[in-house]
Amino acid sequence: MKAFQKTASAILASTLIASAAQAAQISDDEIRIGYLADMSGTYRDLAGPGGLEALKMAAEDFGGTVDGKKIVIFNADDLNKPDVGANTVRQWVDERNVDMVTGLVASSVVLAATKVVEQADKLALISGAASSGITNEFCSPNHIHWTYDTYALANGTAKAVLGAGGKSWYMLTADYAFGHAMEADITKVVEGGGGSVVGKVRHPFPSSDFSSYVLQAQGSGAEVIALANAGADTVNALKTASQFGVTQSGQKLAGMVVFLNDIHAMGLDVTQGLMLTTGWYWDMNDETRAWAKRYHERVGSMPTMAQAGVYSATMHYLNAVKATGSDDTTTVRAKMAATPINDMFAKGGQIREDGRMVHDMYLVQVKTPAESKGEWDLYKIVSTIPGEQAFRPLAESQCKLVKDQVAKH
Amino acid sequence: MTLLFGIPLSVLLGQLLLGLINGAFYALLSLGLAIIFGLLRIINFAHGAQYMLGAFAAWLGLSYLGVNYWVALLLAPLLVGAIGMAIERHLLRRIAGEDHLYGLLLTFGLALIVEGSFVKLFGVSGASYPMPELLKGGYNLGFMFLPTYRAWVVVAALVVCIATWYMIERTRLGSYLRAGTENPKLMQAFGINVPLLITLTYGYGAALAAFAGVLAAPIYPVSPTMGANLLIVVFAVVVIGGMGSIMGAIVTGLAMGLIEGLTKVFYPEAANTVVFLVMVIVLLVRPAGLFGKEA
Repeated sequence: MKAFQKTASAILASTLIASAAQAAQISDDEIRIGYLADMSGTYRDLAGPGGLEALKMAAEDFGGTVDGKKIVIFNADDLNKPDVGANTVRQWVDERNVDMVTGLVASSVVLAATKVVEQADKLALISGAASSGITNEFCSPNHIHWTYDTYALANGTAKAVLGAGGKSWYMLTADYAFGHAMEADITKVVEGGGGSVVGKVRHPFPSSDFSSYVLQAQGSGAEVIALANAGADTVNALKTASQFGVTQSGQKLAGMVVFLNDIHAMGLDVTQGLMLTTGWYWDMNDETRAWAKRYHERVGSMPTMAQAGVYSATMHYLNAVKATGSDDTTTVRAKMAATPINDMFAKGGQIREDGRMVHDMYLVQVKTPAESKGEWDLYKIVSTIPGEQAFRPLAESQCKLVKDQVAKH
Repeated sequence: MTLLFGIPLSVLLGQLLLGLINGAFYALLSLGLAIIFGLLRIINFAHGAQYMLGAFAAWLGLSYLGVNYWVALLLAPLLVGAIGMAIERHLLRRIAGEDHLYGLLLTFGLALIVEGSFVKLFGVSGASYPMPELLKGGYNLGFMFLPTYRAWVVVAALVVCIATWYMIERTRLGSYLRAGTENPKLMQAFGINVPLLITLTYGYGAALAAFAGVLAAPIYPVSPTMGANLLIVVFAVVVIGGMGSIMGAIVTGLAMGLIEGLTKVFYPEAANTVVFLVMVIVLLVRPAGLFGKEA
């Protein structure tokens, strides 16, 4: 028995030494980053190849190395399929010993990929995905949600539209998990603010023709038509609404998950006056404009908030690696949380224990064709929503990491 | 207010009208597929890509060359038709007489290449094609607001559909076409250039798809994937109508638009599947399709 205890403690001691040694160095003498995103499908333009370019910009701004350790970038197309995404990440961590995975767009892919990342004890920095569940019921110490989430978007936009006097609401909901979650988030805000939801229609995902749903929404007489969908569905719904004279008849539209590339694709004729919430916009100040100009020169379009988020998250990660001299997940994660984010993307951003990066969000309105001075001059900032009001408060969190904290107190 | 199945009659009328508009699109697209299958026995999986090319030709023409909508409505089908003829002449002809599967795979491969290249060039968000000035605005019908453009779509699609049906079923050229597919050797013995007829037919089918693409450009986003999304439904329409039946494709296209329209009111969740449900039932009861001849 004594001998056993001796061996056990020896093993324990040696592992401790080993992990301590590991904590103070860079594995494989390289910082390996994987970029996983939809590179060819529906979500290509909101992150896709542009996000990869943003990641490369971050690596180049570090001179390609952190203290002489090379930054190596892998990338893959997840095709918006959770199994493809999870398998890719598994290969990366198993065979290439990738330290950090970023991009991460479709919520379904992200939920699958982050499980693999957690098992392998690596780090995931999520920029593209929407679901607020990522840092709520699916939170883990191994991932951080950077740019935005459904809670912040619904909260920001619905509150603003409600405040402007839109009391009766009609929901146009994409008929799958994300749409239902969005619908619930919006309903909560509307009913909490004294408004009412007078009707809804759940359309199949994806749909190409929205004329029937728009007509039903129009017939409902609701003051506000909320679009609890995303991407091509939102674009189609907005275009159809404009043709059927929805706004002319006095009804307001509220798009929830709308990206810069969507507005650019639809044009201002269709989208003018639309209120939406964004985590970042290229034309906010000199810093954002300077970065966006560099990006535009490389990619040929202006960056979306998701693409800017990839850059910001990667820079913050690399800074933490540099400061700690380690790429060990726990060490880097702790350093990242301890350091506020102050860059072109966010001012005073903070990473919470649930993995939510809390930063200011912006309520914007789409410009009229007369107001716009260029191809990408699309938003005017209406107001800034302080981070602590924008995101789900920790008090409402179902995240196991937060519950642990509460239990300790 | 008169109620029918718990839905106000006015709402129902509006939805039926919308169904008819969508049906006109289905009819136009499935017509091209039916002609190509009926006369060439090729299952044209490139049809969606050809539809997309029509829309892009219109958009590119307007953005870079200042070609207006009305000219595009004529030029885009000609251009895509010419591309179609080149494909038939140089690729499809090599596999003529082989199993249907080869034609399907070849056209599917072409569609993937074209759509992939367009994604690379233009992204997936797509572009917006401005509404032509003449067709802006709409009519208040009392029970709904009907955008002028949608009314135009129905008229244009139906005129083209009926003209095509007339040409194939009622004219001398049409009779050559039909005879050429029945017995090409005999027709050639009469001095008819059958290979040319076949090339023209495929070109015409592709041109119909492009025409539908230009019609769609002002109302849907012009994007590389716009055709792929629609193609499967259109195939179902062709199967329901009876592979190769021209009138079958037109009537079924309109009917499926109406059925889908009603589904969107009574049970919107099933709107994308109802066409396939009808397809299954039709295949069980009449395997050759509603208008198809029993083999």
